[in-house]
Amino acid sequence: MSGYRKGRELIVKRFLYVSRRPPHGTIYGHEGLEVIFTGAVFDQMVTVLFLDDGVYQLVKDQDPGALGFKNYALGFRALNELGVQAICASRDDLTARGLSREDLLVDALLLSSFEITDLMENQDTILSF
Amino acid sequence: MPSLHTVNKTPFERGSLETCLKLAASGGAVILIEDGVYAAVRDSAGVAMLEARKNDLKFFVLGPDLEARGIKRTRLMNGCHVVDYEGFVALAAEYDRVQSWL
Repeated sequence: MSGYRKGRELIVKRFLYVSRRPPHGTIYGHEGLEVIFTGAVFDQMVTVLFLDDGVYQLVKDQDPGALGFKNYALGFRALNELGVQAICASRDDLTARGLSREDLLVDALLLSSFEITDLMENQDTILSF
Repeated sequence: MPSLHTVNKTPFERGSLETCLKLAASGGAVILIEDGVYAAVRDSAGVAMLEARKNDLKFFVLGPDLEARGIKRTRLMNGCHVVDYEGFVALAAEYDRVQSWL
């Protein structure tokens, strides 16, 4: 793991990106992915977490072409190759929406509420979209 | 390693407060800002949610946002501390991280 340099010091921080909004209705999801890319290419320790309606962003077979939007969700598949530590989603929030692991376009880590609390408390910075 | 959580939506508009209170670790604090301040009004549905975590979280409300909305401090639930902008900054510095529930 490299990082950015402050003088001669190497800085690597733990960043958690939290997304709680569904895709396409607003620009938050797409813009959020762009920000995640930025954190990842600067070799920071990046984890991405989908909560509430945010889990809808991970659903496979999205096709917003007829809306004139780019299918940005495919970009989530590139995150592992960019060094993102993990893509996480709330198991409860998936279940509440009738979704399971098979419905997702990435191999997400499904977390319980307790695990999510733990994840959040072990970050330097949390950014929400 | 507690966090300061900010909530800026009413509990009627979005589930931000509910999710925040479900996932916030003990020892943390929640500051209600912007439209989030309505949640602290006594006898409102938001207060029931806050009451459930009042033993292990601290609650703050941003004063200028109360005044802007005509909410008198006497209308707030017990145990909710009103802070000004300086107080908000002090809280942000005091806790390890700030998490925004939008």
